[in-house]
Amino acid sequence: MSLKIITKRCKGCGICAAFCPKKVLAVSEIGKVEAVAEENCIKCGQCEMRCPDYAILLDK
Amino acid sequence: MSVMEDLIAKYFRPGRLPHIWCPGCGNGVITGAIVKAIDKQGLAKDDVAIISGIGCSSRSSGYLDFNTANTLHGRALPIATGVKMGNPKLNVIVCSGDGDCTAIGGNHLIHAARRNIDLTLVVYNNSIYGMTGGQYSPMTPKGSKATTAPYATIEPSFNLLALAQAAGATYVARGTTYHVPQLVDVIAKGIAHKGFSIIEVVSACPISFGRQNKMGGPAQMMMWQRDHGVLKAVWDRMDEEKKAEAIAAGKFPIGVLYENNDVQEYTAAYDEIIKRAQEGK
Repeated sequence: MSLKIITKRCKGCGICAAFCPKKVLAVSEIGKVEAVAEENCIKCGQCEMRCPDYAILLDK
Repeated sequence: MSVMEDLIAKYFRPGRLPHIWCPGCGNGVITGAIVKAIDKQGLAKDDVAIISGIGCSSRSSGYLDFNTANTLHGRALPIATGVKMGNPKLNVIVCSGDGDCTAIGGNHLIHAARRNIDLTLVVYNNSIYGMTGGQYSPMTPKGSKATTAPYATIEPSFNLLALAQAAGATYVARGTTYHVPQLVDVIAKGIAHKGFSIIEVVSACPISFGRQNKMGGPAQMMMWQRDHGVLKAVWDRMDEEKKAEAIAAGKFPIGVLYENNDVQEYTAAYDEIIKRAQEGK
């Protein structure tokens, strides 16, 4: 898996989901981000770059 | 391993994450950018000192595994000055918030700039006192609401970078938490610059500033930065009329706004005076 979400660090701010150009990410009901369509990920890295909590790590 | 994972393993104190900052707070992005800039400059951990004051932003030093000190409110710059004077080989980076730097530490700011001492000051500007509950700071834009200005503040805010430049800073730059690669670049250049460097980072406090001013959530506040930060090259191409319009719309230039490499740095000047004294001149 190339998109790693560290749930413990996520505070559910939604910045990653808002800036994802392929709508790969969404904040779940419990306020944590999850990959809802990982197959669409283009590895642009905008989520990892802007995550204030270092909760999304993207292997390149 | 991702790049960020490597950097966290290398430069963060183990077991300290998640950090205490609120959901959507820009402090994490700025602290990450500082670490990326240090890595870009290829500095060893022992060659870096991170000095911070008091406030949300100043908690950053506690997460980082360099020589660090979390010091007094507004007094990060005097302590950083002491650290630099004691060991001029250190790359001293100061993390300070807008309240810490421009209100409580305002006097220290102008004098550190006047001396042109080789410090890199990163100002986490979230336009408010976040930790104490949303009081307005000298960087709160006029007309914004705060808990101490429920009908909006009537005070104009500082033009921080113009102030620092006028006081003598020789490297003046601005970034935002939206423009991350550009932010890393201006911080790295600030670290490399020999002299007083100030980098103002426009950041978001969704809880204490955004909520009171109906700016939407964390993502909306970051989009605001995207829409209002104008790259310096674009800004410079605007004529005066367009610039005035942009300023009226709340826009601001980002990038390296001023750099002067012809002014003597303070610790170098101090070394010279020691040499002169030793020679009895």
